[in-house]
Amino acid sequence: MSSAPTTPPAPRRARPRRLGTGDRIFLTVIIGIPLAALLFFVWLPALASLGLSFTTWDGIDLADIHWIGLDNYKEIFTNYPPFWPAVRHNVIWLLFTALLPTPFGIFLAYQLDRKIRFTRIYQTAIFLPMVLSLAVVGFIWEIIYNPDTGLLNGLLGAAGSSHHIDWLGNPDLNLWAVLVASSWRHTGYIMILYLAGLKGFDPALKEAAALDGANGRQTFLRVVFPALKPVNVIILVITVMESLRSFDVVYVLGGGVGSKPGMELLSLLITDNIIGESSHIGYGSALAVVLLVVSLAAIGTFLVQNFRKEDQ
Amino acid sequence: MTQQSRNPLAARDPGRRRVVGGLFGLGAAALAAPVLTACGGGAGADPKTVTFGSNGGDATPKKAYASVTGAFAKDSGLTVKTNTVDHDTFQKSITSYLQGTPDDVFTWFAGYRMQYFAKKKLCSPLDDVWDKIGVDFSDATKQLSRGEDGKYYFVPLYNYPWAVFYRKSLFKERGYQVPQKWSEFIALTKRMKKDGLSPIASGYGGGDSWSILGAFDYVNLRTNGYDFHMSLMRGKVSWTDKRALATLDHWRELAPYYQQGAAGRSWQDAAQSLLDKKSGMAVIGLFLGQQITDEKIRADIDFFPFPEIDAAHGQGAVEAPTDGFMLSRRPKNEAGAKKFLEFLGGAHTEELYMGVDPSNLAVNDKASTGSYNALQKKSADLIASAKQISQFADRDSDPGFISTVVLPGLTEWLSHPDDGSGTLKKIESQRSRFFTA
Repeated sequence: MSSAPTTPPAPRRARPRRLGTGDRIFLTVIIGIPLAALLFFVWLPALASLGLSFTTWDGIDLADIHWIGLDNYKEIFTNYPPFWPAVRHNVIWLLFTALLPTPFGIFLAYQLDRKIRFTRIYQTAIFLPMVLSLAVVGFIWEIIYNPDTGLLNGLLGAAGSSHHIDWLGNPDLNLWAVLVASSWRHTGYIMILYLAGLKGFDPALKEAAALDGANGRQTFLRVVFPALKPVNVIILVITVMESLRSFDVVYVLGGGVGSKPGMELLSLLITDNIIGESSHIGYGSALAVVLLVVSLAAIGTFLVQNFRKEDQ
Repeated sequence: MTQQSRNPLAARDPGRRRVVGGLFGLGAAALAAPVLTACGGGAGADPKTVTFGSNGGDATPKKAYASVTGAFAKDSGLTVKTNTVDHDTFQKSITSYLQGTPDDVFTWFAGYRMQYFAKKKLCSPLDDVWDKIGVDFSDATKQLSRGEDGKYYFVPLYNYPWAVFYRKSLFKERGYQVPQKWSEFIALTKRMKKDGLSPIASGYGGGDSWSILGAFDYVNLRTNGYDFHMSLMRGKVSWTDKRALATLDHWRELAPYYQQGAAGRSWQDAAQSLLDKKSGMAVIGLFLGQQITDEKIRADIDFFPFPEIDAAHGQGAVEAPTDGFMLSRRPKNEAGAKKFLEFLGGAHTEELYMGVDPSNLAVNDKASTGSYNALQKKSADLIASAKQISQFADRDSDPGFISTVVLPGLTEWLSHPDDGSGTLKKIESQRSRFFTA
């Protein structure tokens, strides 16, 4: 996915009529190499996963790959206890992120864009978690959530006692605890994106709205928000992608062992089955294909709808 | 692409080409890299160097291994290049590590886990090494070092027992008696709870969920005996067997006396609560000793064998995992590596290691036990008197089955220990995926 943007600039630069043989070879090479890399590192593995998802394989000897058709999928859908919880958690994750930290990030960006005092300090503070890798975010929140010595239980005056809250151990609670940790970082991300959008916003539109007598809320909902449509699209796509691929925070807060009760996610189930001493590459690949299909469906529907509206 | 940049770029055309040419070279190199490494090997082997992949990432084992490799270097004139990786990461990446370009000698575990890689031909047989070191090891240890084909694949270094640990002074203060029978054990936990203690120190949060398996293994061994336990571990018996259910029923009697909030705590924090006398007992391995920083407390720690549940099985089975070394499938310096393994199997090496890390026991019969502390001596006696020695669940069974099916199932059950048969049914439904035979 990330290597895709490397290809398009080249053809745009080309002026076909003036090209000599040397230029043509040159162009072939500079398009060909990234294209080959894209095929080799992105599409080949993706297709290989799809193929492997119909087999069983322990990942060691190529001769041990056995074709078993749809058995992996049948097993996953009917007889894999953590699968449906993982799907449910992925959906919760998506809804939660889309409904809380994302609008909150937009709200913060909108507030900080008005020239309030110390705005730079606020911006830095909110954006700071974004500088950290998600794994580090996990370590930080691990300290906050610790049942015996953690900050949260300490504030509640319950650290070390018998009535402390077991944030990460309780299967009914740990998903939400992890979601808070992930939102802490996501909010800053959305804020900075939206802030960038707001900086490019034509102030004349706002003035016009003010002249028409619109209040702050109306200005935002009727003028600013619709006008920032390109940014909104990016934010939505990012939110969906981040939610579906969420992995690192959960992995770290779960202790780096893959799925734990209450915290199952599709991405974790994939690594559970593929990484480790006895790997089930076929089974893991089938799970990966499920995640791929879900992601493509989510992103695809959204993009198609958006472009269709654009065309009209 | 901004407008400013366009003209200067056009003017310095060759410059741009050189840059792109460089990128092209990089791209080609990146594409070629995996191909090159795939057929690599051979070149660069240094007959004076042995590479050693170690999972001893923690401070104590790291120091202990350093003293061992240092002594070997002095002894043989060969250099040992140690590549240390954190314990959990090492285990998780072992399969790809062994298929890539592994170090000549690497740390691993005895039993089923070693046999798995032997069967997959990811390691080399060591019969010629055992011809030299074999006399120093007991039959039980030899058994643990052999693959299913009867060849040796493993050189053991140490083992350590699991038991129920406690502080002597606490038991004395409160007048607690060491329990031998299950009913006495449960009565003791009840009394401890009444006294305001956490009866069983417990921390299976985060990555430490493996720590509950010690209790599971013991309850199963005591309820159903060694043979059933091994059949269950190797996937030969159904997990919905009523004997397995009996195990969970016994375990459920103990569950309410586990330390509160265990699912969110690390084993180290749990061990600390035992050392601080906030918890009464802990079902744990001798490695608990690594948590002790005050030598006075070390003298106050004691343990008793896991209590008897069924008189037919008694307390004969002891859980004592063995750690050691293996040889990768195509070592770059085979002669040197075998020399190193021979050295590692020697009594002197074990003494060196145990001198730095006193929370393990030497398995070489000739190794001197003179420097053992009281806890080590007692542990050695416990293992020596064992009728059967089990490893640890994830070493006696398919580790994937244990980590992705059994552990999540049992940890979930332990937090609400009511529906035992439902948990077992979930585990059973996955069994065939891991054990095809």
